[in-house]
Amino acid sequence: MAAEPIIEVRDLDMAFPVRGGPGGKTVIQQVLHKLNFDIAPGETLGLVGESGSGKSTAGRILVGLYEPTGGSVKLFGQSITGAQRQHGLAAVRSRLQFVFQDPHAALNPRMRVGDSIAEPIAIAGGRTRRDRADRVRELLEMVGLPRDGAERFPHEFSGGQRQRIVIARALALQPGFIVCDEPVSALDVSIQAQIVNLLMDLQQKFGLSYLFIAHDLAVVRAIAHRVAVLYAGSIVEVAPKDELYGDPQHPYTRALLDAVPRADPDRVRGPVLGGEVPSLLAPPPGCRFHTRCPHVMPRCRTDIPALRVTTPGRHVACHLYA
Amino acid sequence: MASEPLVSIENLTVQFRTDRGWATATESVSFDIGDGDCLGVVGESGSGKSVTALSILRLHARGTSRFNSGTIRYDGRDLLRASERDMRAIRGRDIAMVFQDPMSSLNPVLTICDQISETLMLHRGLSRIEARKRAIELLDLVRIADAARRVDEYPHRFSGGMRQRVMIAIAIACRPRLLIADEPTTALDVTIQAQILELLRDLRTELNMAVMLISHDLGVIAEFARRVVVMYAGRVVEDAPVDVLFRKAMHPYTEGLMASMPALDGPVRRLYSIPGRIPDINEQVAGCRFSPRCGHAEAVCLTAMPDLVPVSPDHRVRCAPRTRTTGAG
Repeated sequence: MAAEPIIEVRDLDMAFPVRGGPGGKTVIQQVLHKLNFDIAPGETLGLVGESGSGKSTAGRILVGLYEPTGGSVKLFGQSITGAQRQHGLAAVRSRLQFVFQDPHAALNPRMRVGDSIAEPIAIAGGRTRRDRADRVRELLEMVGLPRDGAERFPHEFSGGQRQRIVIARALALQPGFIVCDEPVSALDVSIQAQIVNLLMDLQQKFGLSYLFIAHDLAVVRAIAHRVAVLYAGSIVEVAPKDELYGDPQHPYTRALLDAVPRADPDRVRGPVLGGEVPSLLAPPPGCRFHTRCPHVMPRCRTDIPALRVTTPGRHVACHLYA
Repeated sequence: MASEPLVSIENLTVQFRTDRGWATATESVSFDIGDGDCLGVVGESGSGKSVTALSILRLHARGTSRFNSGTIRYDGRDLLRASERDMRAIRGRDIAMVFQDPMSSLNPVLTICDQISETLMLHRGLSRIEARKRAIELLDLVRIADAARRVDEYPHRFSGGMRQRVMIAIAIACRPRLLIADEPTTALDVTIQAQILELLRDLRTELNMAVMLISHDLGVIAEFARRVVVMYAGRVVEDAPVDVLFRKAMHPYTEGLMASMPALDGPVRRLYSIPGRIPDINEQVAGCRFSPRCGHAEAVCLTAMPDLVPVSPDHRVRCAPRTRTTGAG
C-alpha cells in the first residue's frame, strides 16, 4: 500500500462477561484476540469468518459502538480508544458509517424514507430544510432509487431497495469509511449482485474505504481488495485477494474455501473438515484451530502462532510457516 | 425414469389468503420425484419452492390456504384428497421433512431420546425401551459421537450442526421413502454445511431413499442434486439433469441466476445482476412472470404465459422464444 492507512488496528482485544459458567457464574469470554490490520483510503478489506469468529464485534468496535478491552484503534489519525475515546469519536463520527445486514430493522417503519435519510444531516446541522430535501433526492438518485421515493415508507420497498435506502443514509454526511456488516446476506442472489455493484461504484466515485464483513467468501472475493480470515477471535491469514483465493496458506483458509459448494457438478471435493468451532469460554490452548487441523504438530497444542509475513503483503498465523 | 415415479406433482396451484384477496403462491407446478431420486429445487424468495414441498405433506394452515387445482400422486393415491388420518400415517413414516432452522424445530424441554422415540412409538409401535435403543442407533447413523450418553441430553447442549443431525435422525427414524430437506444448511456455517450435505448424501445411498433438497444456493444444488427444478415466482421455469442445467441452461432466468452468483475461481469480473426485482405475490404479471426483467423478452412473452415445453426427453423449459426453434410444444 502506497497511501497512509486511514484505519489502524493494533493488538485489539475484546472480552465480554457472560453468564454460562458452572453454576450460572459469570465468566469472561475472549471474543477477539490481538487483532492487527490497516485499511488504506479507497480500499476494501474483507473480513470473513464463521459464526462466533468475532467479525461483527470487530466492526462494531471500529464504529465506536463497543469500547475494546485492549489494544488501540486509530481512524483518520485519531485514536478512538483509551483516554482519547470521547474526543476522538466526536472528531471522526461524521466520517464513519455502518450498513447492517437487515435493512428492515435498520429503518424506522413510521418514518418517511426521506426523513430517515435527512436525519443525520439534520443532526450534523448547518443546512436548511429545503437544502436537506435537495440532498435527499440527490442521494436517492445516487443509489438508483426514484427521486420521489422520499415521500414513501419503508414497507413500500423491497429488501434490495431498502438496503439502497440504508446506503443512501450512510452516504448523507459524505463519510470516508463505511463498515458493511453482512450487507447482502439477507438478499436474494439476483439482488445481491446489484448491491455489491452499487457499493463498488460508490467507492470509485467517492474514494470510500470499506470494512466488508461477510461469511460468504464468494461475495467478498467480488468486492474486497484484501481479505482477513478470522477464526475463533484471531486473524489466521491476511492477504491480497488474488493470493488468498488463488493460493490459500493457512490450513483453515484452505478448508474454508474447500467447503464452499461450487456451481460445478463435476467438481471433486477434498475431504470435509470435521469438528466444530471451539467454545470461546474454554478455547483450546495453543493454536485455536489445532483441534480440527489436518496438519497439526505437537507445538500447535501449546504455542499460539504469531501472525508473520510469509510473502510481501501476506500474513499467516501458523507454525507451518514459522 | 423408466418406472413409475415415487411422487408425481401435477398442475399444482396453491393460493393464500392475504389482505388483498387470494394470492397465488404456485401456479401449475408439475414435476416428478423418482424412487431413490436426488432432486434439487432451486429458487429465490417467493419462488414457491417451500410451498410446493409443504403441499406434498399438506402442512399448510387450513382456512388461509387452498389448493385450486392439481394432484400429488403417491403410492396410487392423491395426497391432496387423502383424509387427514391417512396424511398423519404418511407424514414421518413414508415422507419426512427437515427444515431450515434446527433451533426452533426441536422441543427445548424434551430430551433428544424423547423426540426421536415419539415417531418410532407412533408409527412403528415400539416400546419405550426399544425406541431408546433405536434412537441411539440413529444418532450413531447421523455420526453423533458418544450417542448412548448424548441421547439423554436436551437440545440446548447441542450446537446448530448437531441439532440438524438430530433433526435428520428424527426424519429418517421410520426409513421414509422420500426425505424433503428445506434449506437444511442455510442456517449453518459453511464447514458445517459441508458435513451435513455429506451426511445426507451418504444416508440417501445407505437407506435407498429419495431426497428432495430445496435451496436458494446453486452451489449446494450443484454438489448435491442429480436433477434440478428451477422455480421463479411460483412457477417451474426449467427442469433438467444437473450437468445439463449447469452446462446448457436454457431459461433466461436460470442463466441470469448463474451469472449473478459470485465465483470463487476464475477471473474476478463485475457481477452480473438481473435488473428489477422479484414480483410480489399480489402483483399481477401478464404473460411470463420473468418478462419484466428479461433481456430476451418479445411481444408474446408479455401477453401469453408460456408452457413448460420438453426440449429433450429429460429437459423442460418454460420460455416461448427459447423453445420455439426446437419445434417442440
